[in-house]
Amino acid sequence: MKDRGEGTFDAVLGAAVAAGMVLALYMAFLVAPRERTMGDLQRIFYFHVPAGITGLTAFAFNFVASVMFLVRRKHRWDALALASAEVGVMLFSIVLVTGPIWAKPAWFVWWTWSPRLTSSLVLWMLYVAYLLVRNYVSDPERRAQMSAVFAIVAFADAPIVWFSIRWWRDQHPSPMLETGGLSPAMWPAFAICWAVFQLLMIYLVRRRAALEGVRHDLDELMRSAERSA
Amino acid sequence: MMLGKIWAVFRKDLLIELRTKDSLNAMLFFGVVVLVVFNFALEAVRDSIRAAVPGVLWVAFAFAGTLGLNRIFAAEKDNNCLQGLLMIPVDRGVIYLGKMLAATVFMLVSEGVIFVLTLVFFNLTVWREVPYLVLVFCVGTVGFTAVGTLLAAVAANTRMREVLLPLILFPVVVPILINAVEATAIILNTVDYRVLRQPLTIMTVFAIVFSTLSYLFFEYVLEE
Repeated sequence: MKDRGEGTFDAVLGAAVAAGMVLALYMAFLVAPRERTMGDLQRIFYFHVPAGITGLTAFAFNFVASVMFLVRRKHRWDALALASAEVGVMLFSIVLVTGPIWAKPAWFVWWTWSPRLTSSLVLWMLYVAYLLVRNYVSDPERRAQMSAVFAIVAFADAPIVWFSIRWWRDQHPSPMLETGGLSPAMWPAFAICWAVFQLLMIYLVRRRAALEGVRHDLDELMRSAERSA
Repeated sequence: MMLGKIWAVFRKDLLIELRTKDSLNAMLFFGVVVLVVFNFALEAVRDSIRAAVPGVLWVAFAFAGTLGLNRIFAAEKDNNCLQGLLMIPVDRGVIYLGKMLAATVFMLVSEGVIFVLTLVFFNLTVWREVPYLVLVFCVGTVGFTAVGTLLAAVAANTRMREVLLPLILFPVVVPILINAVEATAIILNTVDYRVLRQPLTIMTVFAIVFSTLSYLFFEYVLEE
């Protein structure tokens, strides 16, 4: 049985993420300039957007891991799929919470059914549904198989959701403010926040997948103990 | 060859349904209940009820369809019928297509009844619109059952069974619901039907993508 304790790589990565978070906070709150019209409110952008992009990366990991599980049938791919879905849902929860916090003062409403908001919410629901499927299948082999199929369905669905909502809503103007490109002075803070979010995601996925591996090993041990008893 | 096998699976489900009428009774009655509930819920917008009808229709269709999809595998779990089904020497995709065809037919039948009742309850008159509505109902229903049949098999494998299906199905069929409601609204409330192309295209793409995926992956979810 493989040792699944925290290796040197994870320890270094974890320390880098911790240091990066402090740096990201410093950049976002003290270095980045104040936005002209929105003021300090705009600073939530340094957490909202990187969380969204990183969440999408996590869902892409989930898809790749699910396909790999169906091809290779190795438990570690299933553990990776579970870990990336959980972390992706967490990141999208951050997106869905920080969004309304920003929207209330900026748009004067908590929520509007504009394309981006609606598709983010549906995407979040798809992966919560994925976790539900996992939650309600007891047999590990069957759980891995069912959830891998659902993961592929969810990933194929995401672009169709996006297009149908965008086309459908185009007929009704949405109150979304279309801003120009990001000011050059804001780029360093944004890039660092983005990088830290990606590293955090990778760190969490690795730790979560390792935990799932331990749980799997424990299950195997319990089962073999039952057989010999 | 393959068509004959699909037909055999379909015919089996159809015969069972014609003899027991388990699914259709439940689907039809639930559709009626949903319509009546909506009638009370929409009391405040009585004057502009016509605008709400597409949404009401598709919610009723989706709820009735979910009931039908649940039965389509729950019925196989009784008396170990699933084992018999799995012993048929055919590709699992064939079983999927047969089941999907059955689910589609049950859903379309209940949609027909629910639609006529909607006309009565909401005082609508349609003639010219009927062929277009039939087209939208058919495409939307095929899209719904294409992925619904696969997910019903997934749900049948879980501890929650019937409870889980709507939870995992509705987020996935969001594109079908959006475009079907949109298309139905275009037909009922506007005169220019050329804009129907867009929602119909998305629904068709959805149906093709998910019937292909389900055909390919059905063997992974159909287990005893």
